[in-house]
Amino acid sequence: MIDSGAIRKKSASASALALGFARFLFIVAITYLGLLAVTFFIGRVIPIDPVLAIVGDRAPASVVAQTREELGLNLPYYQQFLLYVKGALHGDFGRSVLTTNPVMTDIRRVFPATVELATLGTLIGALVGVPLGVLAAVKRGSLVDQIVRIVGLIGYSVPIFWLGLLALLVFYAKLRWTAGPGRMDVVFEYTFTPITGFYLLDAVLQREWPAFRDIFAHIALPASLLGYFSLAYISRMTRSFMLNELAQEYIVAARAKGLSETRIIWRHALRNAAVPLVTVIALSYAGLLEGSVLTETVFAWPGLGLYITNSLQNADMNAVLGGTIIIGSVFIGINLLSDLLYNTLDPRTRAR
Amino acid sequence: MMMGKINGHLRLMLAGAAVSALFLAASPALAETPADTLVQAWAIDDIITMDPGEAFEISTGEITGNTYDMLVRLDINDTTKVVGGIAESWEVSEDGLTYTFKLKPGLTFASGNPITAEDVAWSFERVVKLNKSPAFIIQQFGLTGDNVMEKAKAVDPMTFVFTVDKPYAPSFVLNCLTATVASVVDSKLVKEHAAVVTASADYKYDNDFGNDWLKTNYAGSGPYSMRDWRANELVVLERNDNYYGEKAKLQRVIYRHVKESATQRLMLETGDIDVARNLEPGDLDAVSANADLTTTGAPKGTIYYISLNQKNPNLAKPEVREAFKYLVNYDAIGETLIKGIGEIHQTFLPKGVLGAIDENPYTFDVAKAKELLEKAGLKDGFTVTMDVRNTQPVTGIAESFQQSLSQAGVKMDIIPGDGKQTLTKYRARNHDMYIGQWGVDYWDPHSNAETFTSNPNNADDSTTKTLAWRNAWDVPELTAETNAALLERDNAKRAEIYAKLQKAVLETSPFVIIFQQNEVAGLRKAVDGYKLGPTFDTNFVANVSKD
Repeated sequence: MIDSGAIRKKSASASALALGFARFLFIVAITYLGLLAVTFFIGRVIPIDPVLAIVGDRAPASVVAQTREELGLNLPYYQQFLLYVKGALHGDFGRSVLTTNPVMTDIRRVFPATVELATLGTLIGALVGVPLGVLAAVKRGSLVDQIVRIVGLIGYSVPIFWLGLLALLVFYAKLRWTAGPGRMDVVFEYTFTPITGFYLLDAVLQREWPAFRDIFAHIALPASLLGYFSLAYISRMTRSFMLNELAQEYIVAARAKGLSETRIIWRHALRNAAVPLVTVIALSYAGLLEGSVLTETVFAWPGLGLYITNSLQNADMNAVLGGTIIIGSVFIGINLLSDLLYNTLDPRTRAR
Repeated sequence: MMMGKINGHLRLMLAGAAVSALFLAASPALAETPADTLVQAWAIDDIITMDPGEAFEISTGEITGNTYDMLVRLDINDTTKVVGGIAESWEVSEDGLTYTFKLKPGLTFASGNPITAEDVAWSFERVVKLNKSPAFIIQQFGLTGDNVMEKAKAVDPMTFVFTVDKPYAPSFVLNCLTATVASVVDSKLVKEHAAVVTASADYKYDNDFGNDWLKTNYAGSGPYSMRDWRANELVVLERNDNYYGEKAKLQRVIYRHVKESATQRLMLETGDIDVARNLEPGDLDAVSANADLTTTGAPKGTIYYISLNQKNPNLAKPEVREAFKYLVNYDAIGETLIKGIGEIHQTFLPKGVLGAIDENPYTFDVAKAKELLEKAGLKDGFTVTMDVRNTQPVTGIAESFQQSLSQAGVKMDIIPGDGKQTLTKYRARNHDMYIGQWGVDYWDPHSNAETFTSNPNNADDSTTKTLAWRNAWDVPELTAETNAALLERDNAKRAEIYAKLQKAVLETSPFVIIFQQNEVAGLRKAVDGYKLGPTFDTNFVANVSKD
């Protein structure tokens, strides 16, 4: 009796899970389709002639016509879109006209550069931003709080373009603490072979320590800069979550029980603030994964942001659509991941 | 409470220490580029193909110029003449229709394959049949996919014969053959990589003449070979040890894609690069003031102009066209906005081209302009728009022009846009005014004359969309004269016709020509022999060495 009830319950929950999963897949599919349709439409209404990017300003009319035909641009929009979706379903995202490579080859090259930078940036942002935010909340109104606020405000409001150039000027040109723009020195360009595209990892895998040093020297500055920007956001959010938690009754109860303040802050309050914090950090990470166009420009970093912007300005729609799909996937993936993290962090979501 | 305080501080300090450790661990040795490599920072995002039969971009011009060879090349000491490249000598027949080229003996491609007249003929054939952007430079001599094998042909392994459809000025034909589209490719190597394609109405051939492969590969014979191109990242040239002439001094030349002028300047100051190629006036000043650095420059065949669409009834009035030429503050623009990167120049032929006249008759004169506007019945001014792409120096010049127009009562609204966006609008003749630049397609006066002074059909559906057409400037007489200049076989007389055309454009055209571009580069002192050439494809790097 008891056993069968348990089984029934189990199978019910299994089918609920399957249903949930199917619903999830459906939503993902719709999201992708919507993403593609919107991007495709925008690409067609922007007042740029895509043929211009390929044949240039000087090409005679016959060349322009021939290229338009080759690209299928003379077909009605809906046909162009259907053809594109059909190709995408077969894993063919077309070729970028700017780089002449298949779009996925390009993205395999530029995306790791962005991921490497964004990951380091988020690590710095979270590792420094969370303690700073906690400190500011605990010492609310104190000098420390004010300093954290100003640090955050600067990070929030100063244009990254300017700050990037300033950082280059100080840490690279004057102090020479870090290396300059680009992912590594040209010396390594032909001795170092990337495997995964994550250069730091590749250097470790191949035990290329001089290359590792150089790559690290190049990434340190842009990563710190991105880290600073996410720190500004993360510390503000941590502060407000913590203030909220510290005002709760369970804190009073914990104090009454005579727990140490350290324990109350780091074990109890922060633990409860962690759930929304994960969302904040995940979103900031996802934002960085889109690629920061300005940072990538200043640091000559061959990443995704620069790739998509450059493609959009030239109406290179295959590249833009391919990049959009990647960013869409990143957002969906990170949302999924932070949902899973909720489960571990918050027992209540598990019970359901 | 006390514990928490210490703990919090400790954590903060630890985090801070970790960040500083990151930086300290990162500190590199003093930057220096490898002794056998020239490293240049350059905005190379215009490169979309490395196939010389297809490429028509500025950056690719320089790469092709260093890695390929043509039958004849510009004499960089006197750019109104040509000298032999692969060809040792050439002869023009009495009737002016047949050009016979004798090749230099014993030349090889970088691959080791011998260079023969068959390679030359096949290079012409693929350009004409592929019909890519620069193909018209060759096709304009009456070559088509059907007749190219007859008109451009090898009569023996060392003799190439080129037949044109009209008795053109020999200077015109030879100048066109110095263009990078006329590069001689290694036919044996490229044919191995030709891809099979299905013929269509537009493209009647069963293979792509190696176009797909050559987009990212190399089959030439220049002093350097192109080893690697990664879009928006870098281009690597490697010394060609099979080169028949004097070998390149450095083993390698690397172009790194860096777009920002300020970033380039920092990298140059630090020594991470040897040459910075996109310095703006402010950074250029700083570089010339630095004792470790130096600058170099050369006028290029690109001119910047403002054009007035003749579909706008106000702008179509001759007095308005003239008045606007008095409303550019030439001196102020020359001293600030284009300082070092350009020189005031008002005629449509850039200095250095056959027949170019060096006359700048217009000065900034508001009173004179007002007088002309009054004569045109526009005493109270009017309102116009200008499409301006959001880059320097054009934005600055447009703002300066807006300022001076307002002094004469004309209100000009600037419509900012991205480069390709304003160009799309301009090409459709939907603008009032436009500020743009025009670089010569090949080093012959006809290149600019054709676009500024000929407009064979001013209808909206015309297939020849010259700059005159884009601004709806209908000039049948000038079009006829432009064509006549092509057939003038006496060079001095030919130059005279162009002088006349330039004067006509100065006086009556809707083009307000402002300046000629000066290309500049910032260099480390250790770099020797770096010289920018008169054209984009003569920025040779083979003579460059480092101390």
